[in-house]
Amino acid sequence: MLAAIPGLRAFAISLCGNADRADDLVQEALIRALANIDSFEPGTNMSAWLITILRNLYRSAYRKRRREVEDATGSYADRLRSLPDQEGHVEMAEFQTALARLPHDQREALILIGALGFSHEEVANICGCAIGTIKSRVNRARRHLVDLLAIESPDDFGPDRTMRAILTRSDRI
Amino acid sequence: MSNRKSERPKPPEPEGGGDMEPQLSPEIQAKIGQQLRKFYDSVVSEGVPDRLAQLLKRLDKPKDGEPN
Repeated sequence: MLAAIPGLRAFAISLCGNADRADDLVQEALIRALANIDSFEPGTNMSAWLITILRNLYRSAYRKRRREVEDATGSYADRLRSLPDQEGHVEMAEFQTALARLPHDQREALILIGALGFSHEEVANICGCAIGTIKSRVNRARRHLVDLLAIESPDDFGPDRTMRAILTRSDRI
Repeated sequence: MSNRKSERPKPPEPEGGGDMEPQLSPEIQAKIGQQLRKFYDSVVSEGVPDRLAQLLKRLDKPKDGEPN
């Protein structure tokens, strides 16, 4: 289950905005998972189970400390910006900054679906809400990101922000 | 784990869920997806911190008789 660690870390970073705090959260979540290992049903999705534990832990213990984290000098976006700009670190930093400004529910849904690759049903179970709610949150998250980053075309993705988003209405059901 | 479904009365939703709202162009959606996966990949490339790897070994092999 080493494969679950990057997902847990990525999700924790998106929650905490700080890699060190994120690893603290992951460590505590794993300890909690160990203590409750009997409640895990073998054959079910352990990644989803671990993510749920981490999420609940964040909401009950870490979330109120978020304000301190945002002031910390070790913010994930700042760390990215300090790297040389190969591999698009500046672009990534911009993206992370915009992500951090999303409402919590939207960012969480977007990360779980788009970065960690869970299905809508899995995320609905993790977050304790309807599948349609998750789809709505993901949609809103994307549109909100586009607003924050002022994207007009896919080529505009990056530090140059002067134009508005293009929205196309989908008639598909 | 109990399944905590929302108790608010909701109209039945179409299969597409959020499709009733205006959507972004597929290209922009794809670019956002690319950025998200890039974020995930960069975390993967960092490797697993030792303290977490150690814990995981215990998670994979719970010992019998260990108190909860």
